[in-house]
Amino acid sequence: MNLESFLIVGAAIFAIGLYGVLSKRNAVTVLMGLELMFNAVNISAVAMSRYIVPARIGSAGEMLPQLLTGQVFAIFIITVAAAEVALGVAIVIAIYRNRETVFVTDVNEMRR
Amino acid sequence: MTLGAGTEATFATTAVFWITAASTIIAALAVVQLRNLFRASLFLVVSLVGVAAMFILLRAEFLAVVQILIYVGAVSVLIIFAVLMTRDVTDGSPSNRLRLPAGVLALLFLACSVFVILNTDWALLEDRLPADSASKQLVDLSGNAIGADRAAAVEQEVVEVYSNTVPRVAGLLLSDYVLAFEAASVLLLAALIGAIALVRER
Repeated sequence: MNLESFLIVGAAIFAIGLYGVLSKRNAVTVLMGLELMFNAVNISAVAMSRYIVPARIGSAGEMLPQLLTGQVFAIFIITVAAAEVALGVAIVIAIYRNRETVFVTDVNEMRR
Repeated sequence: MTLGAGTEATFATTAVFWITAASTIIAALAVVQLRNLFRASLFLVVSLVGVAAMFILLRAEFLAVVQILIYVGAVSVLIIFAVLMTRDVTDGSPSNRLRLPAGVLALLFLACSVFVILNTDWALLEDRLPADSASKQLVDLSGNAIGADRAAAVEQEVVEVYSNTVPRVAGLLLSDYVLAFEAASVLLLAALIGAIALVRER
């Protein structure tokens, strides 16, 4: 259990999410892949701030904000991801009402 | 040095880490591979709980609780609602024509990341702080050397910060990052109104 193992787990989850986002036709599955990618980034950010030396360790009291920056960033990423999934699900449901489909390959009017 | 009490890499924490990592990755694979969307969303919950366990292992207890509340409590329920409100639940997750290139791209990404992670010389706190590394001098990322007396104080401060992170994260959110905090609340309000406007019955 060290920095590298956490980062490799994060990279593996990110790759799985990337595959899900790129290869699936169902918009809900694409959203699930996005959530996996957000979580992978969070693991990496928190592990980095846990194990890496801060950029400046000069005077006393300067360490605290730098030691916990990764956790604060992860909180904001979770906030943005929650807003994103709420809007994404709303869009999926709106498309399903109007078009009777949730397949991203069927919603291609802009391309014609 | 140790990074605070209860964080030594004992056999138990190592075992918990690998069990958690394996179950998280297997559940994530199930999310993208299962054809039944409802089961896929349940495996997403398993994967998100595993990520919360990772946060606890990283001494981010507040984040772990937030992860359970927001992801497991709210986001997964939203996704399960979306699955149930749309049709074709049992075979609703077919692949598009990009399946093979997407898999190759994801594997390439994974290989590149693992190569970079294993070959980078990380500036680890454990190596740089004085307790069990007498030969190395403590140097910050900018290259400034730190004296021996200050190094001991730095180690003390790291141990103290990680002894209880919750109040310190709260203090940071309401001091250094207060602007981002307020912007996030406005963003959440906008997303709330937008989601309601999108699905409202006219």
